[in-house]
Amino acid sequence: MTARERVAGNVANYVDERTGAAAWMKKNLTKVFPDHWSFMLGEIALYSFVILLLSGTFLTFWFDPSMKLVTYDGSYMPLKDVEMSAAYASTLHISFDVRGGLLMRQIHHWAALIFMAAIVVHLLRVFFTGAFRKPREFNWLLGIGLLTLGIVEGFLGYSLPDDLLSGTGLRIAQAIIQALPVVGSYLSFFAFGGAFPGETFIPRIYTVHILLLPGIFLALITVHLMLVWYQKHTQYPGPGRTEKNVVGYPLMPVYMAKAGGFFFIVFGVTAFLGAVASINPIWLYGPYTPGQISAGSQPDWYMGWLDGLVRMAPPLETHAFGHTISWNILIPGLIIPGILFTGMALYPFIESWITGDKREHHLLDRPRNVPNRTALGAMSLTFMIVALINGGNDVIATHFSLTINQIMWFTRFGLIILPPLAFVITKRICLSLQRADRELVLHGKETGRLVMLPHGEYVEVHEELSPQKKWTLTQHDQAPAIALIETDKGGVLNPKGIRAKLQARFSAANAEVVAKPTSEDLKQLESGHH
Amino acid sequence: MSNELAPLSDPGLPEHIHRKSDSDPVAEKRAEQQVAILFLLSGLGTILFIYSYIFVKTDLFIFLPILGSTNAHQLGLGMGLTIALLGIGFGAVHWAKTLMSDTEVIAERHEFRSTENDRSDFVDTVKERAAVAGLGRRSLIKRTLGLSVGLVGLSPILLLRDLGPLPKKQLEETSWRTGTRLVTDPGDRPIKASDLEVGAVAQVLPELRADQKRTLEDIGKDAVLLIRLRPEEFQLDAERKSWTYQGIIAFSKICSHMGCAVALYEQQTKHLLCPCHQSTFDVTRAAKVIFGPSARPLPQLAITVDAEGYLVAQQPFTESVGPSYWERSS
Repeated sequence: MTARERVAGNVANYVDERTGAAAWMKKNLTKVFPDHWSFMLGEIALYSFVILLLSGTFLTFWFDPSMKLVTYDGSYMPLKDVEMSAAYASTLHISFDVRGGLLMRQIHHWAALIFMAAIVVHLLRVFFTGAFRKPREFNWLLGIGLLTLGIVEGFLGYSLPDDLLSGTGLRIAQAIIQALPVVGSYLSFFAFGGAFPGETFIPRIYTVHILLLPGIFLALITVHLMLVWYQKHTQYPGPGRTEKNVVGYPLMPVYMAKAGGFFFIVFGVTAFLGAVASINPIWLYGPYTPGQISAGSQPDWYMGWLDGLVRMAPPLETHAFGHTISWNILIPGLIIPGILFTGMALYPFIESWITGDKREHHLLDRPRNVPNRTALGAMSLTFMIVALINGGNDVIATHFSLTINQIMWFTRFGLIILPPLAFVITKRICLSLQRADRELVLHGKETGRLVMLPHGEYVEVHEELSPQKKWTLTQHDQAPAIALIETDKGGVLNPKGIRAKLQARFSAANAEVVAKPTSEDLKQLESGHH
Repeated sequence: MSNELAPLSDPGLPEHIHRKSDSDPVAEKRAEQQVAILFLLSGLGTILFIYSYIFVKTDLFIFLPILGSTNAHQLGLGMGLTIALLGIGFGAVHWAKTLMSDTEVIAERHEFRSTENDRSDFVDTVKERAAVAGLGRRSLIKRTLGLSVGLVGLSPILLLRDLGPLPKKQLEETSWRTGTRLVTDPGDRPIKASDLEVGAVAQVLPELRADQKRTLEDIGKDAVLLIRLRPEEFQLDAERKSWTYQGIIAFSKICSHMGCAVALYEQQTKHLLCPCHQSTFDVTRAAKVIFGPSARPLPQLAITVDAEGYLVAQQPFTESVGPSYWERSS
């Protein structure tokens, strides 16, 4: 035993005698993680969060979250001697007079955009592959919570510098609060400490942005990861991969090196963006005043869909009995997002009710094999994209020489027409892909090689798939529709009534698939061919 | 249904294919060197970072293709950090991919469900412990506890009450009074009708008394846009027409939709457009909404001139300015 091994042994002994960690560590250091590029999406979100904590802490050392008016006296000449809030002045100070300050500000903002993008793409991966199914429903809910908090946290951070653009964003948020029936104007006056903009809002959201929400984030992310750890990661179907095992690389050293290295890569890419790609140049916007605005006012992308919905809302307001209800704000600003996020959160439970499937699932679905879910995802995504397009209608109009009116009317109709269209098209594509899979398994791959037979006939040579590939294309379940039981044997009506009928309807739609090839099909084919 | 027939069988994990670096010592050595070079490159990145921090002036601008004129200090710091981080990242991943074992390992999963024994024991334990506490029998305790826990939640909500004052009349009132002079923003100079040519636009605010200071809250309610047209271009009823002066019409600049500044005036069409959500108002028809989500015209301020010929408000706004709220009556 070398001296170094002895020291290591002593340290391990010291720790284990006080924590009993050895047994746990032994088991978990060799824990197996499956490998796939799409499993890195959640990692990107996690690493961006760490980058946000690091860069954000740096920024707090100089940022002054105060709306007290000061006269700017820094090195950015165009704003010299201009009256502005201390928040805005200190953001200018960070950008121009703290070495590395602008870099950190830009890294922080880019990391926030990447954080949200990674969460959304990770969510899509989880949705389309069915990773949310039992036993992972809790983690789906935690994920929806993180997405929602991320939107709020991003908006608050964007509002802190108190520049003309972010102040405009706050004004809109205030108008949404104020539009709430009964309590709106009270809530707004409490939140802003009086009339908008007041002098208290930025210090308040600062506490929320740097303490409250990051704390909740840390807690939720910890539980999210602990569940991933405990439940073991899902895996894509393939030869040797079953519902009962997990195939991949051990945590130490392969996964540690890969994941650790990937953290540095994500950080490096964010630093690169911070170095070369200017983002949120607040010195160009000027300090906030409610009487001014700049053309092309845009929120960050993850708020864009919400703004797009607000922009396309029809001008509806109800005035009755001395009161006003602003449907043009409430519907796009609260009701539709509420329905979308509630529906998203409940989806795993809705699907399991429709399919009647209460089994555990650790093998992921190939999206084509679950056409209705995939089509529903495409439909929701289309809805969001149409809304997002309208969120940038002014910028799109100037870039593509269109009028605002054309884009607004296109998206107003598009929001209703395009999502169902996307559903139908996606479902058809899924079924076609299933048919293609069936062809591949039964007849092999087209090689493009033409052969002339002795009697002069030309045929294309098909190359048979490997057994592994055949298994991958046929391993999935094709559940039959749930039969509707209207009355039981004794003639008593099913007490579930309409619910049972609904379930049977949906379940029948789910059962509409291209039958996957079975070994009988293959045998038949072989005996017929040769 | 097809799944009732025998499906294809699982051929099991395919045979492992070894990498070149697993068997060829030369390839292994090469991979090792590549990893080392990446790590060294990271060190160079840190040196660039330190050099830029200490020696590159913060106001030095250099010209680069694509990026254009760029701050060298900021770019040096950023690129140094980028190289330092990517060197470590790519090095570690390359190490894992070329030199660490790439044999796939199979681990078994366990079912999450506890055993039937554990489950029934758990239920029994809960029942037994609940019986010890007497929860089932002592409903008086249970109810009063529920009540007090519910009530205790009110205190923190009540504590939030002092976050801000009650709205009272603040959403309805602005600083505009009968006879308040319109002054330029910025500049605070009173305006005569002759200062404004036909087609011109100006942002104005109410004149301050000597002891007053203007706050952002005031601007958020008081900001007004003046627009001068030829009087015959208006399509107004008699009352609204009397609120204009020699073709000068005044509207609240705060959008009736969500409170943004309605700042874009299109001179040809005489439309006002809010850049936030594109509500469009027709100036000739008392700011009637002709497009976009806003449900109400911009409130019009009645103006005239005082004895010295300066523009003044005839009366306060006759309705609340800015976005709607529950207590708003029209």
